[in-house]
Order: sequence, then C-alpha cells, then structure tokens
Amino acid sequence: MSTTTVETPAPAAERRPAGAPGRTRRRGEQSRAAALASHAVLIGASLTALFPIAWLVFLSLGPDKDDYLHPGRIWDKMTFDNYAFVLQDTGFFDWLKSTLVVVLGTTLIGVIVAASTGYAVSRMRFPGYRKLMWVLLVTQMFPIAVLIVPMYQILSDLQLIDSYLGLILVNCTTIVPYCAWLMKGYFDTIPFEIDEAGRVDGLTPFGTFARLILPLAKPGLAVAAFYSFLTAFGEVAFASTFMLSDDKYTFAVGLQTFVSEHDAQRNLMAATAVLIAIPAALFFYLVQKNLVTGLTAGGTKG
Amino acid sequence: MTVAIDRATGKRRGEREPRPGPVQRLRNGLNKHWYAYAMVAPVAIVLGVLVLYPLAYGLYLTLTDATSLNTARTIGVNEIDATYKFIGLDNYADILWGPTAYDRFWSHFLWTVFWTAACVTLHYGLGLGLALLLNQKLRGRTLYRMILVLPWAVPTFVTVFGWRFMLADGGIINSGLELLHLPTPSWLEDTFWQRFSAIMVNTWCGVPFMMVSLLGGLQSIDASLYEASEMDGASAWQRFRYVTLPGLRSVSTTVVLLGVIWTFNQFAIIFLLFGNTAPDAQILVTWAYHLGFGQQPRDYAQSAAYGILLLSILIVFTSFYRRWLNRNEQQLAI
Repeated sequence: MSTTTVETPAPAAERRPAGAPGRTRRRGEQSRAAALASHAVLIGASLTALFPIAWLVFLSLGPDKDDYLHPGRIWDKMTFDNYAFVLQDTGFFDWLKSTLVVVLGTTLIGVIVAASTGYAVSRMRFPGYRKLMWVLLVTQMFPIAVLIVPMYQILSDLQLIDSYLGLILVNCTTIVPYCAWLMKGYFDTIPFEIDEAGRVDGLTPFGTFARLILPLAKPGLAVAAFYSFLTAFGEVAFASTFMLSDDKYTFAVGLQTFVSEHDAQRNLMAATAVLIAIPAALFFYLVQKNLVTGLTAGGTKG
Repeated sequence: MTVAIDRATGKRRGEREPRPGPVQRLRNGLNKHWYAYAMVAPVAIVLGVLVLYPLAYGLYLTLTDATSLNTARTIGVNEIDATYKFIGLDNYADILWGPTAYDRFWSHFLWTVFWTAACVTLHYGLGLGLALLLNQKLRGRTLYRMILVLPWAVPTFVTVFGWRFMLADGGIINSGLELLHLPTPSWLEDTFWQRFSAIMVNTWCGVPFMMVSLLGGLQSIDASLYEASEMDGASAWQRFRYVTLPGLRSVSTTVVLLGVIWTFNQFAIIFLLFGNTAPDAQILVTWAYHLGFGQQPRDYAQSAAYGILLLSILIVFTSFYRRWLNRNEQQLAI
C-alpha cells in the first residue's frame, strides 16, 4: 500500500486488494489506530523539521530588520525587497564565486587522491598497510582544534592565508581520509576477478585501475564527490579563520557578516540564507539516495 | 600477482582466494609493491604534508609559550622575529592542574561529555523511532522521508541562524510560550538555557542522518526472519528485540561511533549560535578555538594544547569502544 516509487520494494509485500473493512488483517498491515498514531507522530516530526526553515523563508519577506520580533506584521507588507538588495548591494556573488572555487577544488583533489588510495588499500597488502589504515581512521577524529593553530602558522609562513588554495588544502585534510575509507568499501564490493582478468589480458596495474575499476566504481566516486562537496560547502571553522578579505568569503563566512555586535540586519540575513539554502537543499535531494547508500554500504558490508 | 586481502574487520560473504604463505608472498611481493606504494603516494604525501606535519608542529607549539604577540609576524614593512620560548610541559600542567583549571578546562570537559552523551542518545533514539515508523507501509511515506531529511539537506550554518531568530528575545518561541502563559527563558543568555538550546539545535540537525542510516539498516534485514518469528508466535516487542535490534547491530555500532566523534567535535553549531558570548556553553572544541582565535592576544600554545588533549580523549575512547565491541564479538563496520 506504500506510495513509494524509489525505495527498494517492500520486502515480501503483498498488495492489499481493496477488501471490505473488517477483513482479517494481513501481515504488514496495521490496525487503523496504529496507523493514525504513526501518522500523528510523523506529522509532528515533519513540522518540527520544517518549521525553522519555513520561518527563515517567512522572515526573509519582511522588509525591516526588526520584523522577526513582530512576525504578524509581515503579512501586510510582504515584499521581495530583501532579495533584491542582497543580490544587488552585497557581496553575494563574490561569496558565490569563492564558495564554488573552494568547493569544486576540494572535491576534485579530494576524490582523485582518495580513489587511488582506496583502491590500493582495497586490493593490496603491502608493508605499512595497517598503519596507513589507522592513520586514515584517526585523521577522521581530528578535532579542528588540533590542526587549526598549526595550520594557521604554516599557511601564514607559506603566504597562503586568505587564498583559495590554502583553504582547499586545509579542507582536503578532513575530506581525503574519509573518502578513502568510503572508496575502499566500494572497491571491496567489486570482484577481485575483474582485476585478475585485466591483468591476464595484459593491462598494467594502473591500466586495470583506470580502465576497468574506475568505470565500475562510478557510483562510489559520485558518493565521495557529493560528500566532499557538501562537507566543503558547510565548513565553517577553517573558512572563518583563514579567509580575511570579504570578497573571498565563502557563504559560511559571508552569512555571519550580517550579524555584528551593534547592528543585525536580520532581514537581509534571512534572505541570503534562503538563497543559499534552496540550491543547497535541491542538490542534496538530487544526490541523497547515493549519499546514504554510500555512507552506510561503504562501511557496513559486514 | 597481487594479493587479495580479507577485510581487516572480519568475515566477508564472498570469500576471496586465501592469502598465500609468507615465502610465496615475499617472493612475488616485493617487486610488486612498487605500484601499491605509488598509488598510496598521493595520500601519504597529502596526509604527511597536511596532517602529520601540522600535528607535529602543533605538538611542538604546545611545548612553547607562543601567542600572537611573540610569533613571527609582519606589521607593515617591519618583520618581527618570533620570540617565544620552549617551556616543556608547562601548558599541559597549567591546563590540567593550574590555578582556575576547573573553570578553564574541567568544567568544559564535563559539559562536553554530557553534551556528547545527551546528543548521541537523542540522535539515536529519535532516529531509530522515526526509522521504524518510516519502515511501515504507510501512505505518504516518501513525502515524510523527504521532509524529515530537510535539516540534513540545508547546510548547518544556514539553519543555525534560523534557530537564532526563533530563540532570540522576543522571537517566535518565546512569543509562543507567552501565549500559553509559560515561563519564557532567555535561551541565548542564561547558561543553563544556552546549553539546553545547543543540545536542542544539534539534535534537530543530527537526527536525519541517524534516521536514514538506520532506515537503510532496517530495509536490509531479511523479511523471512520476521515471517519465521511471526509463525513461531513472537510478539511485536519480541520481534523488535530479537530480530530488528540484532539486525541493526553493525549499522548501529558504526553510526554511534561516528555520532560520538562528530558531536564531540561539533564546532559550527555552538560557534554560530552563541558567537563569543557564551563562555560557559562552549564545548572543548569551541573553547580551544576561542583561546586561539577568539580573543586578544591569541594564545596559540594553549589552544594547540587543548587540541592535543581532545585528540587523546577521542583516541582513548575509540580504542575502548573497539575493545568493548570485540569483547561482545561485534565488528565495527569499518
């Protein structure tokens, strides 16, 4: 009876013929009361999930910066002025450019490096293998506080503070290890016989990797890319610390500029937030199915 | 030939060829490993340059008294050389046992532990509950799922500001409470309520990931197990207890570990929710950041020392967790 079209088919689902009420219930069906309770809980949860975001959208339509205190007044004076102002008179497009440069750079470097590593650790044992796996695991646990101070010092020695390259490299430290794990999990699901067949037919190990395995691993690569993309997009700490000039702010930093100690332009902030959130959420929904299977399947094939 | 490996984490279903013996491995191993190394080279270089070197450098900083006043810096045309000096383990001693150590470290430590435990428990509990609900045959299941992942879909740094508006003095939450004649706490000013808000916002942000992971786990449980248990007369609770929970075990152990690590290191939510205004609601990560970058003069050495302490806590926790799993004959799914 499910309306799903994308999920894996419900296990052993028997379609319920539209029967008369009072029939004995078949397996997997619920009593009406249980169904109602489920719906009630889910509706409550959905409203909770939806409300803060809906509220942002609503506030973004109010023209004055104190409108968030009197939301009732917004109904009478709804306007898109905030959006016009943000797009025309703030650094929105600078931030967009910076964000794209940083995010795409991080994704590209991260995925390339992670794929080769993931393949190597998936297919081969070599001296130092276990150590490397450990390093990859431990790196994921690094709190930003461990690296951010030395990174700051190193980047300033290299004149890379306030440069896209610096931020991309720093982002890679958190993303590469995780993606390598993810890719390893994915490569593990590709039968080893394929590599062997490639070798028998005279491909070099690199050829096997590039021509046989990578095309097969496209879904895994996609997951790693999405993960990198979303992580880099939402990264706050490094971007806030290393980006100094306001034309190089990423969205995560730019959004903070609306709230200073004395003057909070909350209406503009809400509008900017909505402008950022909509494409980000759309992207997430496009890729989420892959993302989820990757996150869990990559690791949890027991 | 290269050698297939068994995953370091235990059994796999599709058995690969067993590893040949050591002599064999040596003979065809060494001259084959060069490309394995070549493939790992990029990550080794990246990790070395970007992680291990900074880590070593950070360790070194913790043994000095570096602040933004005595490190090398350039002001205009003047280059000022670094004047910080080596002070051994004094930073650690000062953080752990020095005067006011309780206010500076231990209070944050206790709060961080509580925060992690509370958030992960809420994430997992709510995530599992919603996953179970979504795993039924319900009308509109897909729509519910779409809406419920929204907090994960929208970047955290955006939604936190939405929460800030709602929690602000005179914001919608307090207006609502006022309508109901309930007390209106000052969510963003009072220490207790700051902590409460932080946990609330983080829970809101973190449940979808758990829900989706656990839903994937639920859907991978073999339906025949449920049929069999039902045939044998198991009640709904028994089915949950003896089929569902064991079936979710490997997913659960992994997401809980990830959840603990992520929550422990959660920076964005607290940083953006309070800025620099809430010294008592800062967990260790954000407090370390505050020492290193949120104050003048910036205390690099202390901040780095906090970082190293944090890392030690996490590593200890993880090894205990793994040991506990091994004792219970469970495998971490990594």
